[in-house]
Amino acid sequence: MIHYFPGSFGHFLVILAFISSIIATYAFAKSINNNQSWARFAKGAFYVHAIAIFGVVATLFAMISGHMFEYHYVYQYTSKILPVYYQVSSFWNGQEGSFLLWMFWNAVLGLILIHTNKSWRAPMMAVFTFTQVFLVSMIMGVVVLDVKIGSSPFLLLRDVLNDPIFQMQPDFIPEDGRGLNPLLQNYWMVIHPPTLFLGFATTVIPFAYAVGGLLTGRLKEWIRPALPWAQFSAAVLGVGILMGAYWAYETLNFGGYWNWDPVENAIYVPWLILVAALHTMIAFKKSNVALKASIILVLCTYILIVYSTFLTRSGVLGNASVHSFTDLGLSGQLLIYLFVFIILSVILTARVWKQIPGSKEETSAYSREFWIFMGATVLCLMGFQVIIPTSIPVWNEIVEAFGGSSNLAPPADQVEFYTQFQLYFSILIAFLSGTGQFFWWKKMDKQKLKEELAAPVIVSLVLTAIIFITAEVRDIWYLLLLTTAVYSIVANFKIFLSVAKSNIKLSGGAVAHIGIAMMLIGVLFSSGYSKILSKNNTGMLWSKEFPDEVNQDNLLLFVNEPRQMADYQMTYRGLRKLTTDHGYVDLSDISDAASPLELIIGKNTISSTGEELSAGDTVRIINAENSYFEVIFENANGKNFTLYPRIQINEQMGQVYSPDINRTLTADLYTHVRTFPDPDQEVQWSEIEEITVSPGAQFFINDYVAKFINIEPLSSVDGIKLGPGDIAVKALIEIQGEYQTYTAEPIYVIKDKMAGRIPDVVNDLASRITIQSIQPEQNSFVFGLSTTQKDWIIIEAVAKPWINILWLGTLLLVVGFGIAISRRYSEFQKMRDKGME
Amino acid sequence: MKKSHIFGIVIIAIAIVVIMSTAGDASAYVTFKDAQEMADKGNDNKIHVVGNLTKDDSGQVVGIEPSPDMMSFKFQMVDENNEMQMVYHPNPMPTDFLRSEQVVVVGGYQNGKFVADKILLKCPSKYQEEGVNT
Repeated sequence: MIHYFPGSFGHFLVILAFISSIIATYAFAKSINNNQSWARFAKGAFYVHAIAIFGVVATLFAMISGHMFEYHYVYQYTSKILPVYYQVSSFWNGQEGSFLLWMFWNAVLGLILIHTNKSWRAPMMAVFTFTQVFLVSMIMGVVVLDVKIGSSPFLLLRDVLNDPIFQMQPDFIPEDGRGLNPLLQNYWMVIHPPTLFLGFATTVIPFAYAVGGLLTGRLKEWIRPALPWAQFSAAVLGVGILMGAYWAYETLNFGGYWNWDPVENAIYVPWLILVAALHTMIAFKKSNVALKASIILVLCTYILIVYSTFLTRSGVLGNASVHSFTDLGLSGQLLIYLFVFIILSVILTARVWKQIPGSKEETSAYSREFWIFMGATVLCLMGFQVIIPTSIPVWNEIVEAFGGSSNLAPPADQVEFYTQFQLYFSILIAFLSGTGQFFWWKKMDKQKLKEELAAPVIVSLVLTAIIFITAEVRDIWYLLLLTTAVYSIVANFKIFLSVAKSNIKLSGGAVAHIGIAMMLIGVLFSSGYSKILSKNNTGMLWSKEFPDEVNQDNLLLFVNEPRQMADYQMTYRGLRKLTTDHGYVDLSDISDAASPLELIIGKNTISSTGEELSAGDTVRIINAENSYFEVIFENANGKNFTLYPRIQINEQMGQVYSPDINRTLTADLYTHVRTFPDPDQEVQWSEIEEITVSPGAQFFINDYVAKFINIEPLSSVDGIKLGPGDIAVKALIEIQGEYQTYTAEPIYVIKDKMAGRIPDVVNDLASRITIQSIQPEQNSFVFGLSTTQKDWIIIEAVAKPWINILWLGTLLLVVGFGIAISRRYSEFQKMRDKGME
Repeated sequence: MKKSHIFGIVIIAIAIVVIMSTAGDASAYVTFKDAQEMADKGNDNKIHVVGNLTKDDSGQVVGIEPSPDMMSFKFQMVDENNEMQMVYHPNPMPTDFLRSEQVVVVGGYQNGKFVADKILLKCPSKYQEEGVNT
């Protein structure tokens, strides 16, 4: 039976949320001049709005966990067997759900902001709630004058899909949903989107303070409350981006953590600008300069967030990106959202531009402002360099809209293209973040600068020299980045020591900068010196048709045949299933599935945890679609490990590969399978070769030593009833494989005077054994042997040195931000409680 | 001249360099014919060609030949001008290659052969629905 109520209720709540956000915006704006009744009303309206949003979220989640497949969103992204945590991540699999996640955070943040602000509440919340109007409109699903506004997640399947079944049975409900995209079935996908969207949501807060300041003429005062939020936003957004990078590293198979894909770029740029903004804001707080720059950068950050939303969700990226969302027909709405905020920002800023205090004096190269300003400029240039090429598809659209034609495509090798410039800029960033800190904490002149810098420069040059010799950094640009990054760490460490002595709360900047410098070093080594170990070094190409410069980065492994690769001997051992309690179990020892999440063991086997499992046991699994390739790595030093790169075979998605990574302190070994024999393809067996063997005798099967142990009479054979005159026998054959002894048990049946043969297949040995005939007078059997191609995989293995420095740097960056946020927030609280704000 | 003016000029100069390099390194969507002409003129920039795989009457993809060691493959592709071209790819066949509606190859002619360094696939089945599983 179709549940009509949740859909209608959810849709009603969306509309309620939309109307209440308009009312709240209006009421907050009205209460700017301290009108108490409007203020109370505004607060009430926002409460209604927040409750409506929470209600929408709860309703959609209830529909997902209640498996209401009559709804399109539920059908499209979920299935019955999803565990609860993946039900949560299927919530934001679709575009509507991810918008909802964004609105959810806005509602939560709005409630916090209402309660933590006094004089800023009205102007700031008016702007804040105004953005929510646009976001809610994206999931409205209302048609006004033939124009569709928003895409609702509460549509019935029959209203979305044009399937003939709905003509015959309007009340048809599918048995199960299409399931969650296998790439999203990863624990990072449970926490990465909420973190990223919290970052998205928080960028509006500094924007709202700034616009509030422009509206009310408090052109300087907005910085104090906005600063801790800008820092919080930069920290959360940064962590969200890096979580995405880590997820990509672990789950996708492009071989790294960052690919300069337009979707990644679209969020990297606002983050850079936000970081630049908070630097100029800090400079303003200390010395009353760079106010104009702060205003512009804060406004730009949010506009870029909206622009990135437009890029990824309007379908404009089309061919350019592998993982942008599909077009839901929201492009028009997104454009309006974008232009409203651009125009709003421009008008408000222009109106008061003349009144914004600027500094009259020339800044000297010895002033702290100079260094901060340089840093912010470099960050902006970094963003500029990324956003221009990323916007190429937009450029094409614009030219075509004006009747022209443009066939520009993104750079063919985007990684090389972006890395080159970002590398130059990073050198500057490392240099500035090291030196600027000295100017920040002390008044500098020539003499003092020499004294302060001497020690850090010498220490970092010595350190760099050591790294240079041991790690063989030969590229001049890499060497420069290494030198400046090491210098930044040493310099900031010195600052940290002196600052932390007086007040640990002031050390946030130093810690964060050490983190950034470490990240740069981590990126330098893990990406700049990532090495493909599986490079085809035989020098032979399969075909003369290929030009010479074409390299092959992959290695073909046949099951149980070791191959040498760099320092390792690698052996592919076959496909495995991952169980919940016993580790990995050999797929060929599994006979059948008892239920979607339970498998029956067919042959006695030993799991990867060393447990013995007997035929007939059932084991639980987490996901039926996942299989794992067991690859053993052995090196001469006896350091052995096993990796299990994954394949997921999904009806809708096809074959999806994920890597497995061996992590050590100094380097990661990243391995992923590129392709393996298509399981749907019929096996091509060779011509049967006959061999006559007596029990107890040895013979060869596909070059493996086999022994015919004995025969056993059978009283029944699977699915065949034996009559009184019928006979069935089973031959027991042991075959010595490379790693284990296999048993083959072909069966011979005579029923109703007809001979039947049931062959047995040993997958690992690519062999099939049949009892062709029995020769009782010679006491011997005729076996038919046929073979096929051995199971194989093609893998790529890449070493990523010192990647842990990147993750460690990320951690330090977060800690640094944490310290800085707590300092700046307590400053704001003090002023607010004094009644100043 | 004030220092801030010099600073401004430097920033603008860098911005111009960035834009120029974008224009210079940007690839282009072209047809095989254009790509061939570019290669003949000695222009070895990598380009994008959009097209489809060749299919027989029953809708089966034809013209794909993996190498004996399965490490690379070549395939026939028809561009938007309906020009057929054999494309060489030095990596194993990407997942879902045969299911793709549209392919974009990034690469260029080398010694008269079109070598694709990268293959981008458009698989509509991946994110869009075709009907209900009954």
